[in-house]
Amino acid sequence: MYAYIIRRILATIPVMAVVAIFVFLLLYLTPGDPAVVIAGDYARPADIERIREALGLNRPLYVQFFIWVGNVFSGDLGVSIFSNLPVAKLIGQRLEPTLMLSLATTIFAVIVAVPMGVLAAWKAHTWVDRLIMVFAVLGFSVPVFVIAYILMWIFSLNLGWFPVQGYKPIGDGIGPFLASIALPTLALGLVYVALIARMTRASVMEVLTEDYIRTARAKGASNRTLLMKHALKNASVPIVTIIGVGVALLIGGVVVTESVFNIPGLGRLTIDAVLRRDYPIIQGVILVFSGIYVLVNLLIDLSYTILDPRIRY
Amino acid sequence: MTAITESDAAAGLPPRPPLSTRILRLIRRHPTAVGGFVVLIIMSLLSIFAFWLTADPLRINPIVRLKAPGEVSPLGPIGPFGTDFLGRDLFARVIHGGQISLVVGLSVAAVATIVGLTIGLIAGYIRWLDAIVMRIMDGLMAIPGILVAIALVALAGASITNVIIAITIPEVPRVVRLVRAVVLTIREQPYIEAAVVSGVSLPRIMLKHLLPNAVAPLIVQATYVFASAVVFEAILSFLGAGTPPEIPSWGNIMAEGRTYFQIAPWIIFFPGAFLAVTVLAVNVLGDGLRDSLDPRIAKRMR
Repeated sequence: MYAYIIRRILATIPVMAVVAIFVFLLLYLTPGDPAVVIAGDYARPADIERIREALGLNRPLYVQFFIWVGNVFSGDLGVSIFSNLPVAKLIGQRLEPTLMLSLATTIFAVIVAVPMGVLAAWKAHTWVDRLIMVFAVLGFSVPVFVIAYILMWIFSLNLGWFPVQGYKPIGDGIGPFLASIALPTLALGLVYVALIARMTRASVMEVLTEDYIRTARAKGASNRTLLMKHALKNASVPIVTIIGVGVALLIGGVVVTESVFNIPGLGRLTIDAVLRRDYPIIQGVILVFSGIYVLVNLLIDLSYTILDPRIRY
Repeated sequence: MTAITESDAAAGLPPRPPLSTRILRLIRRHPTAVGGFVVLIIMSLLSIFAFWLTADPLRINPIVRLKAPGEVSPLGPIGPFGTDFLGRDLFARVIHGGQISLVVGLSVAAVATIVGLTIGLIAGYIRWLDAIVMRIMDGLMAIPGILVAIALVALAGASITNVIIAITIPEVPRVVRLVRAVVLTIREQPYIEAAVVSGVSLPRIMLKHLLPNAVAPLIVQATYVFASAVVFEAILSFLGAGTPPEIPSWGNIMAEGRTYFQIAPWIIFFPGAFLAVTVLAVNVLGDGLRDSLDPRIAKRMR
């Protein structure tokens, strides 16, 4: 097992290497001189020269790459072109709202989706199941910002239950924090709920056809024990896997949700950076998000060794 | 066709029922998929004939700005979807916006499928390339697609071509994985070995023996890529890093409506509804195709 854990950790290295190369080359994938691209349409030659100097664009490509990688390893993600502040510091300032929103969404989605999926599997092919599946397809199809505006219109503008926009850090008290994060969580979570509910239903249904379920039932196990102890436990691996796959969806959704609800997180930082062509920030944010994705999926793969002792590597 | 019918008859099979019966049967078996298909046909027709069906989507008319649907103005009745902050007819804008969504969706689905298919066939069949290509794909999949697309459009400039390229790049790895998985299971089949032994060339093996097996799952995947591309385009435009702002795409219309959301929510709701219905239609069509084209995937994914 330890060999597996080490192998799995080592397997993240090539993935992160590809990520690093891609993020680094992003600037060169676009046509034209990078310094001119970053400087924008109204730059003076001096500005372009200054950017070229600041980013070290006049050195050979591979030298630039290794310097950049070396800096990243020492926690230096470069300096923002617009504000002249270190990118790592800017990202640090914006991390809290994004992490809180992602965490709240994941918890919300799992709490809602897993019971929904189990119920749908238990009542398979009845109207309960159909209803849940219709909801799942809807949740998967309505884009997050459309949901966000519908929720905002109903709950903020008409009912006045929640603030329309903005974010209150958890330090300002748990009540205002939860009120500010409720609608973004709901909007962002719907797609995730749909995804997890579908997967839960599928894997629980598969487990329910197994022989040991029939045996347990024959021995007089109650429905509750049957579902919770036997079915759900054995169906947990695919459910956890889909949670990991969903992190990618979550990251994309966070950017949009933060923009709709005016939450000052990493997503907003990215959008602002994009509009100002602040390339070091874009680079840094993509790198951080990719790192989070790789890390979460590593943790999920490692959790299999606990969740399912039958898996031998 | 006649040859098939004759051989069917020779094999003692019942004759093929007429077309109307077959369509009715299809509706009965996959009502949602047929519904999705019909919705897409309607959307396509509206987009194709937008020029003749609606007013000019770019015509500014400040006297009737921010009028709700059904309101009456001194200039006559307001269009069914109301007007935006410059008094432009929202119905015209939303219907024209469908053109962008469909063009982007179709282009991304086509390009991502072709590129992914090529890479997937090669990676699945040529073993030494497989490890390298798949590590690259793993890396690409780890990068959040929306961020890559935003960054590419921001740096390369806003144009529909750049939007299509930017959305295609994150979609390719998923197609590659699918094709490779199919090739890996087919590769060991005796008939492939037989073909290799008989001296069939590599490209021919790929096109004649491997490709046909990948077609069914690829069509299903292409519908999901289409749906995802339509959403991506809307998100990019909405965030200000997509289709140029002067073109009325659904995302652009919604972005312009943000400031006026509290007083004129219809500016966001109508394009939003069209977007959601289109994506829903593509997704249910994809689910239906999956169920009928490949029972094996259907069983695994359900």
